[in-house]
Amino acid sequence: MLDLLAGFISELRAAGLPVSLTENLDATEAVRHIPLEDREAFKYALGATLVKSNAHWKAFETVFEVYFSLRGPQYDIQPEDGDGNGDGRRAPGDDRPPARGGAMDALSPEQMAELLYRALMDADDAVLSAVARQAVTRFSGMEPGRPVGGTYYLYRTLRKLDLDAVLARLMEGAQEASGGLTPLEERLAKDEYESRIDRLRKEVEAEIRRRLVADRGAQAVAKTLRKPLPEDVDFMHASRDEMMALRRAIHPLTRKLAVRLARKRRHGRKGPLDFRNTMRHSLSYGGVPAEPKFRYPRPAKPEIFVIADISGSVAAFARFTLQLTHAISSQFSRVRSFVFIDGIDEVTRFFEGAEDITEAVHRVNTEADVVWVDGHSDYGHAFETFWERWGREVSPKTSVILLGDARNNYHASQSWVLKEIRRRARHVYWLDPEPRSYWDTGDSILSEYAAHCDGTFECRNLRQLEHFVEELD
Amino acid sequence: MGPRFESVPAVREGLAGVSYLADEGIAGVVYLADRLGKPVLVEGPAGVGKTELAKSVAAMTGSRLIRLQCYEGLDESKALYEWNYKKQLLRIQAQRVVESDGAEPAAASSGSWSDLEEDIFSEDFLLTRPLLEAIRATDPVVLLVDEVDRVEVETEALLLEVLSDYQVSIPELGTVAATQHPLVFLTSNNTRELSEALKRRCLYLHIDYPELEREKAIVMTRVPEISDHLADQIVRIVRSLRSLELKKHPSVSETLDWARTLVLLGADSIGAEQARDTLHILLKYRTDIEKAAKELSVAEGA
Repeated sequence: MLDLLAGFISELRAAGLPVSLTENLDATEAVRHIPLEDREAFKYALGATLVKSNAHWKAFETVFEVYFSLRGPQYDIQPEDGDGNGDGRRAPGDDRPPARGGAMDALSPEQMAELLYRALMDADDAVLSAVARQAVTRFSGMEPGRPVGGTYYLYRTLRKLDLDAVLARLMEGAQEASGGLTPLEERLAKDEYESRIDRLRKEVEAEIRRRLVADRGAQAVAKTLRKPLPEDVDFMHASRDEMMALRRAIHPLTRKLAVRLARKRRHGRKGPLDFRNTMRHSLSYGGVPAEPKFRYPRPAKPEIFVIADISGSVAAFARFTLQLTHAISSQFSRVRSFVFIDGIDEVTRFFEGAEDITEAVHRVNTEADVVWVDGHSDYGHAFETFWERWGREVSPKTSVILLGDARNNYHASQSWVLKEIRRRARHVYWLDPEPRSYWDTGDSILSEYAAHCDGTFECRNLRQLEHFVEELD
Repeated sequence: MGPRFESVPAVREGLAGVSYLADEGIAGVVYLADRLGKPVLVEGPAGVGKTELAKSVAAMTGSRLIRLQCYEGLDESKALYEWNYKKQLLRIQAQRVVESDGAEPAAASSGSWSDLEEDIFSEDFLLTRPLLEAIRATDPVVLLVDEVDRVEVETEALLLEVLSDYQVSIPELGTVAATQHPLVFLTSNNTRELSEALKRRCLYLHIDYPELEREKAIVMTRVPEISDHLADQIVRIVRSLRSLELKKHPSVSETLDWARTLVLLGADSIGAEQARDTLHILLKYRTDIEKAAKELSVAEGA
């Protein structure tokens, strides 16, 4: 047991979770108090001691399933798969289908589909997981020892099940059964079926994982399933799901930013002695000024200018930065945003009042006047135009944040603009979504601009963005 | 003192007994908190019952609940203890009056000063604040440190010290150690990343919106007069709303408010219209309400 736990914890660490020695000891202590049969309690005991951030829970769950969930009696692995240490190499001819599923092997594809439909209709979990197992056996085309990731099998299985068509059929069935649903009921029914289908999908995924573990052993599977933690996902290469998660993560981040700036303002220093207030309070101490009172300083509110490149090369990042800008603007009294490709335009108005960020981004993309000649980034021209049109409004209260990869397509840099901006502004920061090692390669001229910035930050993931926020004042 | 709880299911039943329906995770962590003698850091969206959990555990174990509400600028004197200046000053003044009346020789006053000093730094003049209160308690207590993410890092360090050893040193009185380990719950809304050190000392519990069945059970327990059908509809609509991208998702407490409202209105099922008319109970932003109404009535047009 302790060995298993040790392997489990080292896998968590390998997946990027910061598990300290104390937490390790706590986990060991915790499992002593939990009966091993109680799988759920066991899972939460490990979770509570080892995972200290909700963002890491998913990664934990995956590793947990690989290491522990597969060992319950209900998941006993087929004899032909369970060959000991699970290195699972067998003779090429020996890929007969596993004997799992029993009676279901005889079913025709149509009967299978019908069974699946019934199971989803009646929310029959037992049948559902049996169907999932059977589907994996039939459709995934898993072969022992093949170095293919689980997602490939998952994709193959789900394609054959054609869940979209199943959903449509379920909805039809529901309509018929009740003799016409109200729109609200229809929506609720759809939600319900979708969640059941989602459960099926998870079953299939789990089944594939079980077989992979049986085939290759927990360690190897855990390794292939390893994904970056949410805070390490690269903005530029994030998948759609990851992007969604990132978007959700941004809101707390901007709140943090706002709280941080506000706190600094309020507690940075004490103001001068407030004599009247002190005297007033001294009355309750019999005239002894025991509790000196100070005035609160009233510093100027900082103003933020965000200038973001939204050209193709940084499109994914740009979308993200626009969302960030939007999120910031709802937290601060005064944020002005500008976007550019080779022309530049102020887009603050799109975010004002727009609650729906997707819509705002859409408007930015369609209405903003950002293309001047050919739609290839031209930082030089964009900066020049910025200076002409808005340069006067940059004041010592302004912090300027520039977002972009500084790939200028060999145009003139016009870095004098930044120099001027810096002379007037409070701070100038540059966030670059490219890895630091790519800076100044090819047409990237970051260092030319960096000379006029207070700081340049590599900003490819949430962790780095958070780091920037921490540095900011 | 022995462990408070028999087993994980016992915790769950106990909590259910005080109308708090815990899932496996919640019950498991509460159980462990007792067995390992560790504080629990509870995170999760607003209104899912983080604070309620501490209250319910207190009610279940028959303990006193001591609550420390955190805010920016909370310091030692508000969290731990403070000397009662005003009372001390009065005491000194009273002494003076005695002296001038009795016209004692000046030589005696030095002796009386040390008496006085000992006197004004005694228990009588100590104002205990929640943390000290929890540590000194001889009866079973549950300590709730609410919204711990609001305090500054320095105060967090203070908490850390208290929570790791369950003792406090007061220079004038000496060290006060706990006679019993209180069950401690810290809640956080995640406006600030808490320090690693604090997290390390705590068990971590993330409470999320409940599963459909559990939420329905919660509605049924908390709003007993509701019909099964209505409760079912309510939680389904709420789930549907949570899948939308809203500024603030409806929380469990809002679901309960909504359920109570509908019961008061005498509804036993919800139509689209009724849902839209009462949406403001579930959602707290105008734009969210509009969006939700649109989503629900988009279906209406179909």
